[in-house]
Amino acid sequence: MTRLSAAFAQAHPALVTFVTAGDPTPGATPAILDALVAGGADVIELGMPFTDPMADGPAIQAANLRSLAAGTKTADILSIAKAFRARHPETPLVLMGYANPMTIRGADWFAAAAQDAGVDGVICVDIPPEEDEELGPALRAAGIDLIRLATPTTDAARLPTVLDGASGFVYYVSVAGITGLQQAVQSSIEEAVARLKAATDIPVAVGFGIRTPDQAAAVAKVADGVVVGSAIVDLVAQHGADAPEAVRAYIQSLASAIRAARMEEVA
Amino acid sequence: MNAPDTLTPNSYRAQPDDRGHFGEFGGRYVAETLMPLVLDLDRAYRAAKEDPAFAAQFDDLLEHYVGRPSPLYYAERLTEALRESAPDGKGAQIWFKRDELNHTGAHKINNCIGQILLAMRMGKTRIIAETGAGQHGVATATVCARFGLPCVIYMGAKDVERQAPNVFRMKLLGAEVRPVTSGAHTLKDAMNEAMRDWVANVHDTFYIIGTAAGPHPYPELVRDFQSVIGTEARAQMLSRINRLPDLLVAAIGGGSNAIGLFHPFLDDADVKMLGVEAAGHGLDKEHAASLAGGSPGILHGNKTYLLQDEDGQITEAHSISAGLDYPGIGPEHSWLHSIGRVEYTSATDVEALDAFQLLCRTEGIIPALEPSHAIAAVAKRAREMDRDQIILANLCGRGDKDIFTVAEALGVKM
Repeated sequence: MTRLSAAFAQAHPALVTFVTAGDPTPGATPAILDALVAGGADVIELGMPFTDPMADGPAIQAANLRSLAAGTKTADILSIAKAFRARHPETPLVLMGYANPMTIRGADWFAAAAQDAGVDGVICVDIPPEEDEELGPALRAAGIDLIRLATPTTDAARLPTVLDGASGFVYYVSVAGITGLQQAVQSSIEEAVARLKAATDIPVAVGFGIRTPDQAAAVAKVADGVVVGSAIVDLVAQHGADAPEAVRAYIQSLASAIRAARMEEVA
Repeated sequence: MNAPDTLTPNSYRAQPDDRGHFGEFGGRYVAETLMPLVLDLDRAYRAAKEDPAFAAQFDDLLEHYVGRPSPLYYAERLTEALRESAPDGKGAQIWFKRDELNHTGAHKINNCIGQILLAMRMGKTRIIAETGAGQHGVATATVCARFGLPCVIYMGAKDVERQAPNVFRMKLLGAEVRPVTSGAHTLKDAMNEAMRDWVANVHDTFYIIGTAAGPHPYPELVRDFQSVIGTEARAQMLSRINRLPDLLVAAIGGGSNAIGLFHPFLDDADVKMLGVEAAGHGLDKEHAASLAGGSPGILHGNKTYLLQDEDGQITEAHSISAGLDYPGIGPEHSWLHSIGRVEYTSATDVEALDAFQLLCRTEGIIPALEPSHAIAAVAKRAREMDRDQIILANLCGRGDKDIFTVAEALGVKM
C-alpha cells in the first residue's frame, strides 16, 4: 500500500492541505509543513512556485511571487521535500504546480528528482490527459502517482479520458474558476462526487473555495478527501514568521470537523 | 478564407497535426476546466472551415468593413535612400504590404473578425481579450461594437500607461479595460488574467486571442485568418510584376502578422523569409527575442520558445514596442525556426526608432513601432541584395498610437 492509499484508507476522509514552497522563504517552509502534520493533515500538497500561475486566484498568486522573490529554486523545493520525508516517514507528499518548472530539465529528470526526494504524487495544473506523454510515463516509471483533475466542465464523455492513467486520488475542482474565491453549492459537489465514484475506484478529493470547518465537514460527508489551500496560504501571508502555530490551530479545527462529520454519517 | 489546401507530404503548410503539434511545438497545455471548451472550439472551427457561408461572411466583412485587399506598395524613395549607402549594384527593391491601412490601423482586425464570427457560431455572448500595444484590444472592441457583444479587455497596467490613446479608443468603442497589476504589468500578465477570467466564465465567454499562440486550435485559426495577408500579397505580386519576392520580412512578437504573410509562401522554395524579433536594449541585456535568447518550454497553453531561467521561471521581456513585449512566440515560428525554413533575426529599440524615422521621411508613412523592427532589418538586408531582387515587408500597423513613446525616446516634450 502506498503512503497515499494508506492516507485515504483511514476511518475519516483525508484532509489534504496545500502550501506554496518557499513562502515566505525556503527556510520558513519546513516548520509550516510540520505544523500541517501536527494539526492533523493527512496529505501535503507542496506548491512549486511559478511566475505565471494562470489557474490561481490572488492568494496563491501572491504566495508564488513571495516565494520567488525570496529566491526559491527548484533545488530548494526538492530539498524541502526530502527533509520532510526524513522527518515524516508516513505522511504522503504531493508536488503541485505548472508544467514548465516540472518539465524544463526533462520529465525523466523531474521524476527521478521527485522519487529521490520521497515524493508520492504530482499534480500538474496545465498538462491535460491529451498531453500526458509530457510527464505521465516518466512519473509512472518512477512509481509516482499522477493525480488528475476533474472539473464541473468534465462531462461524461470526457471522464474516461481523465481517469485513464490517473492514480493516487482524483482531485475534483468543484468550481469552474481559479483557486480561493468561491465555493460550489453542496448539491453540485454531491452530484459530481457520485458521478466520479461511479466511474473509478480511486479516492475522490474535493477542493476549491473550502475555508471553514463547516464547509470542510459538509464536503467530508460525501468525498474521500477535502482539499484546503488558499485559506492556509492566507494564514502564512498574515502571520509570517509566526505562521506555524496559526496554521496548526487552523488545521486542527478542520481535522476535527472532518472526523466529526464522518462519525455523524456513520451514526 | 482559403479553400482547404491540397497538401503534399513534403509541404511546409501541413502543420499542425490533429492534436495541434507543429513538430515538437504547440499542443494544448491548459487546465482541465478549459480543456472541454478548447475541444469544442476545435470542432466549431473545423465545421466553420467546411461551411461556405462562414467564408463568405468573413470575406465580405474583410472587404467592406476592414477595407481589404490592402495595397501592395513599391517604396521607391526608401529603396533609393538605401541604395545611396549600399555597395555598387546592391540595394534591393522594397515593397510593403500595407496592412496598416486596415480599419483600426493594423493587421489585428483580420483575426478578430474571424474569431468573433466563430464565437457567435458557438453561441457565446461575452468576449474577452488581452492586449499589449492596444491594437488587438482596439480591434476586439471594434468587432464587439460591430456585433453588439459585451467586451472586457485585459491590459498590463504599464501598457495602459504607455498606450493611453488606445485605451481611450477601446473605451469609446464600449469595451471595459481592466488594468492588470500582477507580474510586470505587461502583455504576459494580461494573458494570465484573461485566462483566469475565461476559466471562471467558460459557459458564456469566448476568448479572442490576439496572436498565433495559445492552446490548439488558436495558433492554427489565427494563422488561417491572418493568411489573407500573404494570399493577397502573393496574388498582387504576380499580377503587378509577374514574379514572387526574393525575401519576405515581418516583425515578430507572438508572430501573427509574420505567419499571416509567410504561410501562403512556405512552399515557394525560392522565397526566403526573415522574422524580426525585438532585441530591446540588446540581446545581452533586456529584450523580447524568444528564439534568439530563449529555449523551449510550456506557457499559455502551448510549447514554444520562451524567455526563462534554468528553473523554467518566465523572465520579463523588454521592447520599446508594447506589441512585441512578450516572452514567448507562436509555436509555428518555433517549428519553422527549428527546421530552418524561416530565418529569424532581431532589431534593437534604437534600430527600430531609426527605421521609424527613416520611413516617415522617405515615404510619408508613419509606421507602428512593431513593423519598424521589420523595416530596420529590411534596411540592412536591402544593402546586401542585388538591385533586381525584391523584398516584401509587412507594414502591419500604423504609428499614430506610438508618437508619444517615440517623442519620449527622442527627448521631445509634447
